[in-house]
Amino acid sequence: MARVEYLNPPYQDLDQQSHSAELGMWVFLATEVLFFGVLFTCYAMLRMRWPAAFRHGSEDLNLWMGGINTAVLLTSSTFMALAVRAARAGDSRWIITHLAITAALGMVFLGLKATEYSIEYREHLIPGLNFANLSPEDQGKPASQQNARPEQERLFMIFYFVMTGFHAVHMLVGIGVIVVLIILTGRGAYGSGYHSPVEIAGLYWHFVDIVWVFLYPALYLLRQS
Amino acid sequence: MAQVPYIAAPSVPTINTFLNHDFRISSWLLTKDHKRIAILFMLSITLFFIIGGAAAALMRINLAAPNGWLVRSETYNKLFTAHGVIMVWFFLIPSIPTVLGNFLLPLMIGARDLAFPRLNLASWYLFITGGIITLAALVLGGVDTGWTFYTPYSSSFSNTYVILTVFGIFISGFSSILTGLNFIVTVHQLRCPGLTWFRLPLFVWGLYATSIILVLATPVLAMTLALVGIERIWHMGIFDATHGGDPLLFQHMFWFYSHPAVYIMILPAMAVESELITCFSRKAPFGYGFIAFSSIAIAVLGFLVWAHHMFVAGISVYSGLVFSFLSMIVAVPSAIKVFNWTATLYKGSIALQTPMLYALGFIGLFTIGGLTGVMLATLGIDMHVHDTYFIIAHFHYIMVGGSVMAYLGGIHFWWPKITGRMYSDWWGRISAIIIFMGFNLTFFPQFILGYLGMPRRYHTYPPDFQFWNILSSAGASILAFGYLLPLIYLPISLRYGARAGKNPWRAAGLEWTTQSPPIEINFETIPIVTGPAYDYPRVLTETQSGQS
Repeated sequence: MARVEYLNPPYQDLDQQSHSAELGMWVFLATEVLFFGVLFTCYAMLRMRWPAAFRHGSEDLNLWMGGINTAVLLTSSTFMALAVRAARAGDSRWIITHLAITAALGMVFLGLKATEYSIEYREHLIPGLNFANLSPEDQGKPASQQNARPEQERLFMIFYFVMTGFHAVHMLVGIGVIVVLIILTGRGAYGSGYHSPVEIAGLYWHFVDIVWVFLYPALYLLRQS
Repeated sequence: MAQVPYIAAPSVPTINTFLNHDFRISSWLLTKDHKRIAILFMLSITLFFIIGGAAAALMRINLAAPNGWLVRSETYNKLFTAHGVIMVWFFLIPSIPTVLGNFLLPLMIGARDLAFPRLNLASWYLFITGGIITLAALVLGGVDTGWTFYTPYSSSFSNTYVILTVFGIFISGFSSILTGLNFIVTVHQLRCPGLTWFRLPLFVWGLYATSIILVLATPVLAMTLALVGIERIWHMGIFDATHGGDPLLFQHMFWFYSHPAVYIMILPAMAVESELITCFSRKAPFGYGFIAFSSIAIAVLGFLVWAHHMFVAGISVYSGLVFSFLSMIVAVPSAIKVFNWTATLYKGSIALQTPMLYALGFIGLFTIGGLTGVMLATLGIDMHVHDTYFIIAHFHYIMVGGSVMAYLGGIHFWWPKITGRMYSDWWGRISAIIIFMGFNLTFFPQFILGYLGMPRRYHTYPPDFQFWNILSSAGASILAFGYLLPLIYLPISLRYGARAGKNPWRAAGLEWTTQSPPIEINFETIPIVTGPAYDYPRVLTETQSGQS
């Protein structure tokens, strides 16, 4: 009885509806791959053209904060997987707990990301805002000790902000979806066997996680030492 | 040609249809019915077609004389940009998928709606929002970059409304993506019992192939245009060589979308074509499997040919060779389709009604467009005629001679199903012939002009070219008249046309087994399919009795 009320037109039964929802999400994720693919391709092309400048850019990023963020995001994906498992078992209490932890870790990620952006602002690394060829601490030094930034490091920083920015927008959307799911689960929506929304939100969250798994090495790790 | 069994108007009592169950404005603007959304799309793209056509008309009037007597070069640049942007993104790409596809896909596969009805409505709202933003850019002063937005001109130099236009296209791109996603899931999940993949109408195969491209190519355009916008706002140099960026990178990204986009425009046209040819030959298509898989082949190969737009842009001669070869390969599945349609006509009972005239016109014009495409895939010829009117003529033969002919043919074919009324077949055939003649007179001279060396996108030209330009402009006026006729007799048919009945053309396909116009849920009971598609012997026996 509880299952029937989830059935929406034009579907004949819940299986058909769940399969459609999942296929729809997979197709959407294929779109997203191409969406980010443009950025990765352009980044790779220009990195090959200006290897030294891009490496200098990588070295100006905060390796540790990026690394911690990677760990935070991977952990959040674990909890998302647990939430999906709880949904399959029909256990609302654990769905809510795991989803809440996932969203909280997502917020931690965004908080760290924002902190990173503010450090980069102080380092005069933001193109179009305050990008400078010298970091503030280098400005006072004699010319021989300055570590001047190559002209094309601007390009690297553009890609850094555009790529991590689009990724952060996807994170925000994901957190919004999770909050809605928590509310709906609280009202008893996914405890009784029908759980497609949790499942496809999980797919989306893992995708956003995987994008970061490619972003982190491409942006942070290609550096000397 | 009066073998269409009309049903006399007065004998039919008022029937319940998707059109008359609710007349409130909100029942249209908030509808989740794929049939109503299709009509919303039809009205919006017709509006865009008229605006884009008006821009083309002004250009042709100006080009009747060599001295640019009507508009200044800046205005001319804005005219061809407006024409290209509106016709490509706001008419051709949505045309067949969102109007005919939206209306027919669920009917053809025996479903009550698309898989995601709410998403379908969202798709229309995104489209109309993008359209209004683009039109706003046009009204505020226009854009002069050409529909291709080549950098660094678009990102650093043009001081027209590039960002606004690009933003409008970005938004409407998501409409394409959502439509494609919806179609893919619908075809996978909502086929009625017994309707296996190889019993699907070829129209559905065509739409499926189109949807693959919509979903995989459109995001590339969206992100590339976003980067152009970002570059323009903050003066960054992603596509600008003076800042270390690369203008060719933009061209690669742009054509990675925009070449597959050509197949977004032609694949649904081919899909319509397969339906029209079989119906008016009263025959199953010759080589069903080949037509079906050639659609998929075109969708896949279409992703591998983009750099043939860049032969003179400075790509290496080796990649030129590879892309030249691949571009010729993609002509193979297209040719397979043309051969199959022609073979379907062989020994068929051909009825030359309006939709069939459009279909036959399509075969001729598409063949010319396709063969000149193979010519252009040859490196040597492309170097010679690059950026001339030869290119313009070639792609108009595909996009207007192919897609628009097929769209109109499809509209004439399914009009009785959509509206429940027959239009005047005499006027229909007249307009099909006028459009065919006007089209050839407009664009064939442009092949000659291009071959003689007249470059595209100029508002003046040497007086030697005037003869062919006058022919072309004269043809354009005939073409415009031809397009005007359906805008008159189709609406008239809504009031005065005879009732169509279920199956006025005696066509095969599930959409003809339900009433015209269909009820809100398409089918009272979900149909069960027991035989192959295009079983014409059976359909003809069943409709013999005059019960249509």
